[in-house]
Amino acid sequence: MSKNNIEKLFKPVVGEDNVMTSETDRYAYSYDAAVLDGEMPAIVVRPENSETLGEVVKLCNDNGLPLTVRGGGTNLSGGTIPKPGGVVVLTNSMTKILEINEEDLYAVVEPGVVTAQLAAQVASSGLFYPPDPGSQTVSTIGGNVAENAGGLRGLKYGVTKDYVMGLEFFDTGGNLVKAGGKTVKCVTGLNLSGLMVGSEGTLGVFNKIILKLIPPPQAAKSMLAIFDSVKAASEAVAAIIAGKILPATLEMMDNFTIRTVENFRRAGLPTDAAALLLIEVDGHPAQVADDAARVETICRENDARELRVASDQHERNAIWQARRDALPALAKLKPTCVLEDATVPRSKIPAMIEALELISKKYQLTIGTFGHAGDGNLHPTILTDKRDKKEWEKVENAIDEIFDCALGLDGTLSGEHGIGMAKAKFMVREVGKASLDYATRIKAAVDPKNILNPEKMVRRNNG
Amino acid sequence: MADIHKLATLFKELDDELVNCMRCGMCQAVCPVFGQTGKETDVTRGKIALLDGLANHLLQDPDGVNATLSRCLMCGTCEANCPSGVNIMNIFLKARAIMTGYYGLPPIKKAIFRGLLANPRLFNSLTAISSHFQSLFTKKVDELLGSSCARFNNPVIGDRHFNTLATKPFRRIYPKIDTPAGHSGLRVALYPGCVVDKMFPSIGTATVKALQHHGVGIFMPSGQACCGIPVLSSGDRQTFNELVEQNVARFRNDRFDYLVTPCASCTATIKELWPKMYDGGQDIQTLAEELANKTMDISQFLIDVIGVQVDDREAAGESVTYHDPCHLKNSLKISEQPRKLLQSSGKQFVEMADAATCCGCGGTFNVHHYEMSKKIGTKKAENIVASKATTVATSCPACMMQITDMLSRRNAGISVKHVIELYSDNL
Repeated sequence: MSKNNIEKLFKPVVGEDNVMTSETDRYAYSYDAAVLDGEMPAIVVRPENSETLGEVVKLCNDNGLPLTVRGGGTNLSGGTIPKPGGVVVLTNSMTKILEINEEDLYAVVEPGVVTAQLAAQVASSGLFYPPDPGSQTVSTIGGNVAENAGGLRGLKYGVTKDYVMGLEFFDTGGNLVKAGGKTVKCVTGLNLSGLMVGSEGTLGVFNKIILKLIPPPQAAKSMLAIFDSVKAASEAVAAIIAGKILPATLEMMDNFTIRTVENFRRAGLPTDAAALLLIEVDGHPAQVADDAARVETICRENDARELRVASDQHERNAIWQARRDALPALAKLKPTCVLEDATVPRSKIPAMIEALELISKKYQLTIGTFGHAGDGNLHPTILTDKRDKKEWEKVENAIDEIFDCALGLDGTLSGEHGIGMAKAKFMVREVGKASLDYATRIKAAVDPKNILNPEKMVRRNNG
Repeated sequence: MADIHKLATLFKELDDELVNCMRCGMCQAVCPVFGQTGKETDVTRGKIALLDGLANHLLQDPDGVNATLSRCLMCGTCEANCPSGVNIMNIFLKARAIMTGYYGLPPIKKAIFRGLLANPRLFNSLTAISSHFQSLFTKKVDELLGSSCARFNNPVIGDRHFNTLATKPFRRIYPKIDTPAGHSGLRVALYPGCVVDKMFPSIGTATVKALQHHGVGIFMPSGQACCGIPVLSSGDRQTFNELVEQNVARFRNDRFDYLVTPCASCTATIKELWPKMYDGGQDIQTLAEELANKTMDISQFLIDVIGVQVDDREAAGESVTYHDPCHLKNSLKISEQPRKLLQSSGKQFVEMADAATCCGCGGTFNVHHYEMSKKIGTKKAENIVASKATTVATSCPACMMQITDMLSRRNAGISVKHVIELYSDNL
């Protein structure tokens, strides 16, 4: 379709100011945060309300135009890279928090609401929305739901899917489909909200989302445990969970990451330690005191060399600053930073870390590993320069091998970053052909023209 | 006009810096312009991607990219918060210079920069003459703020509320100063900057008073030129070089321990941009680096060097809040010292919300994108009003102009002062 025609199609619906077609504008929506080449859309549109959003979806379907919805554009697997010649639909004019219900503990939001802004608003009502993906200051709830985003609190509080009570989405005909609701229990109809969470924009376009809220913990205690071997650290993780304690956060950093962070901030981290565990327990003050004491004992029993318990807010901040520094500190070492999220059952963490070390040696690549040890979701971070073609080839082979290792340990390709374009071709190894075929049939049935974020996750001709 | 391949080659020279952006998009959380428009082309990640696109022949729209480059306040908040530590301001200044080389400087800017700014004597006499006639075209709107607006519909002024030119500029009050070190044993070079000289001479006199009070000798040569930030932001490296050379010549033959300025933008420009962006001869380069090493903001000098003790007695009087100028907070990481000085000003200090968020001035940004500048400034004004302070202080005369405009239009009854004015008033 020509530039003029496509403009004529959308301008009457979303308004002149909400249509972008210049080469510069389109180029700026050709990429996301994944280390992948971008693709140029034909047009970028920004609906301002649910009515026009529905019309946009219908227009795309009527004209066979591929459509990719974009919130903060922070996707790490290429989920928001459009199809060449397609339509990018921005949600950042639909940013209303429609309701925070303190009696029934839910919030209703439009898809473009920024995660951290919702969390702050919820907190000011005395409630808690736990999912906290790393990009929360810019990511949107729509994107979080489409990708089933995780974060640091997964172990105790779960991930985005655990907070979606219901949602409304447009099907390709522009009809508003309602799924789930505002009740704690709801078994009416197929669990379509469950299907939509993590569907990466391939099955419908979100209009409203109903999220579960919970009362916030009254107290928290943070500590840092220092280990001389990764094995001991991982065994401590397993022992904490086996001890029936669920910390709110249970993070690990390997030696390379520790050294990089210390070099970056000089906060006094032990650069000779093989691994650090950063732990926070929360809940009722009495339970926090109990849990903290037991975690301390377990860490010592598992050969922790040293334990530092935060005695005030300042020390607590220092511990979590170190964790927040991990990615920025690593990212500064080399131009390209490939952040992986292959995930294994947590008992397999020692095996996974051992495998990562072998892969790093085999391909002579710099890999820093940190992440959510408590839920098995590690972030091996490969540092490279994508302009170095030879090394990039090694990076691709290393990623391939990381996936094989994770799957060999009963793990998964992606814990929280999504499949998108980056990992679609590996899916068959994890789920098998029958599962892909089933997904493809669902996709074909609800999106016969294949306009909803095509080529992402579910492919038409899997094989 | 050079061809687009030549342009791509020039941008390719920035490749080693551009490649460090990992497209994480965290700049969306802090960019004031993106906060208003929500457009990817307005945020740093977008601009860097576009420059990268031009450099790698993936994009053939230099006009479009050039237009987006000017939609930036150069506040540096993105750089201060960038997880990958990308040298964003460096990239943008160089990119603007490349674009200016490609398109040429617009005639009006050429006339102002090369005809006027590069010629301080002419610049001074022209503004002095104008100061006598300005009341014909402008009228006072707010006595407290000393702001005015246009009497008639004026395309340049628009509906701005602005500070008029001082009838007696600072250089008439003190044509030059040359005093030996007093009881502090120190002697500083004083660089008041254009806006202090021509609009806010009281900041200059307050600075002199404070330095004298602390027994600091002053060396202030006549004929100082603009620090160069307006021309560099417009990509005019030729005039920037000339201005650096003129200023270096004024200061090179004297002895002093520090170079002090009451203007955040001048401080950041001399300290960071003179050494980094001057690309003339090695001789001047070395001297500019020496000057840069000696350069300090006035409050930083008084707190860190002179050791002014914070008066922590509970002040009962009027309250004052502080706006962090981007050039101090983001560029030079100075935020404690001005606050400490305010705590010694006899007023009660209160923090406002988002004190470190840009006021929306951005130098030439205010001229080219006034509507957006006003929207960003309105947020700042709302935060100032909400703080309930009766005075807002800051460390940058350019921020003072913008904040005066924003407060004057809403008749807020809050005065705008430089930190050093309040400190000196209390001496």
